[in-house]
Amino acid sequence: MNVNQSVIEQEKAGEKQYSYLNLGPTHPATHGIFQNVLKMDGEIIVEAEPTIGYIHRAFEKLAERRPFYQITPLTDRMNYCSSPINNMGWHMTVEKLLNIEIPKRVQYLRVIIMELSRISDHIICNTIIGQDTGATTGFLYLFQMRERIYEIFEEICGARLTTNIGRIGGLERDVPQKAWDKIDKFLIDFPIAFKEFSNLLERNRIFMDRTINCGPISAERALNYSFSGPNLRAAGVDYDVRVMNPYSSYEEFDFIIPVGTNGDTYDRFMVRQEEMWQSLSIVKQAIEKVKKEPAGIYSARVPEFCLPPKEEVYNDMEALIYHFKIVMGETEIPKGEVYHCVEGGNGELGFYLISDGGRTPFRLQFRRPCFIYYQAYPEMIKGSMLSDAVITMSSMNVIAGELDA
Amino acid sequence: MEGSTQDNVISALKEKYEDQILHMDTPYNFLTISLKKEKIVEIIQYLYNHPDTKLQYLTTLCGIHYPELNQIAVMYQLHNLATNTRVRLKIFLSAENPVTPTITPIFSGANWLERETYDFYGVNFVGHPNLKRILNVEDMIIFPLRKEYPLEDQRREDKNDTMFGR
Repeated sequence: MNVNQSVIEQEKAGEKQYSYLNLGPTHPATHGIFQNVLKMDGEIIVEAEPTIGYIHRAFEKLAERRPFYQITPLTDRMNYCSSPINNMGWHMTVEKLLNIEIPKRVQYLRVIIMELSRISDHIICNTIIGQDTGATTGFLYLFQMRERIYEIFEEICGARLTTNIGRIGGLERDVPQKAWDKIDKFLIDFPIAFKEFSNLLERNRIFMDRTINCGPISAERALNYSFSGPNLRAAGVDYDVRVMNPYSSYEEFDFIIPVGTNGDTYDRFMVRQEEMWQSLSIVKQAIEKVKKEPAGIYSARVPEFCLPPKEEVYNDMEALIYHFKIVMGETEIPKGEVYHCVEGGNGELGFYLISDGGRTPFRLQFRRPCFIYYQAYPEMIKGSMLSDAVITMSSMNVIAGELDA
Repeated sequence: MEGSTQDNVISALKEKYEDQILHMDTPYNFLTISLKKEKIVEIIQYLYNHPDTKLQYLTTLCGIHYPELNQIAVMYQLHNLATNTRVRLKIFLSAENPVTPTITPIFSGANWLERETYDFYGVNFVGHPNLKRILNVEDMIIFPLRKEYPLEDQRREDKNDTMFGR
């Protein structure tokens, strides 16, 4: 929208004048690069026009030229606050296409990693709601815990933010003892810190006055907009992929799905808070389950798709052959189309894969929850104050990487 | 359970639109129905309202380019959250002039998904409230996800792609 032009046009027509405000593309309150042109009547938002695509990297096109194992790093960069969920969602999609049976221990290990990353994702979202309402303490305090989760990832796969964790068929190596120690320590320390954070905000009168009835959306509108994840649950719909279409043995775990009633900022905050407690409980259950499984199994061993370790490549004939086959694209890939979805940090993260038997996907579409629910943003902030628009956006947890793919 | 709810969709569809079905399959236990393009909006509305199907959640929508058929498919994935039935509907449009009516009156969430499909495949969704590019720059003249547009500049001479290309 050309701002100046529309102002001039209004002046010519002698209409009531509105002011236009650019919220973004780079603005400290948007937490990412996206622009909103707001049409303002005083401090009330009359209309909003979001512009996205500032960090579009053409992942769907890139994926059409990459073999399956090279697509994992692309998924890292979608929702970079919880990359392991994206990585494993992609691996599970390929496993579904190849009909690979995954050992139980690997499934539980995946659950531990995915739930830890869900906690780190929700930490970011909730502490930033606090930050945007003026409570910086919680943000800085709980980020230490996020750091601890990243240290666990670092022990498991060597990377922190864009993890590239796991391989098709399982993990690339067994979870080392150091990581288990860190997980145990985290499970003791996190509830204490998190409880303190909850005490700061959950029943805080100022915070509640600020967030209740701010940016609400009804369940019907949310469903019509194809919301998913915590934002849909805050509106009162108990849709969770982990329960609806269990993957990675989620059906064996005991957890509840928190739901809200109004779908406002406070409900979204509270749903995420409760989900973190549930994730914590799932991690504990998964650790108990891992202990009962035979130790040392960390992969389903699909040598045609998982690159062997380098020392084996140099010393072992088999491994060398598989390495060659994978890199040169000699592996046989079944034809078919498959959809697999996982419950990402923001909702239903889907992978729609069409394989024509070639070494790369024929078509790969990512169902990115952010992209789908962010289009409701103008409707949610219509008629509210500018400062409400800011916390509505942070409570929706719009991640630029996932938005733009 | 999944089989029976999928059967509901099939029988509801056959009740009224049997002549519209081109092909039906369940790859990986996922009901996929290819339809004739003319009545797609009517059919989606019908499946939305029908008491046995109630497919009231649009999971995703995307385009697929088939260069050898010279066609662009539009895939709609619908979901009934109560019975957990997922259905994939596909229509095929000609690649030269892909035109199909919009489903934004039924699903508000289709708005950006259709814009994305327009952006990458050039599918013209008639009746869409704001059909313009969404992720790419506005002055782009191609539809980049179509197969005729290579990922890399083909004039490059420093790179031989015969071994590692698709």
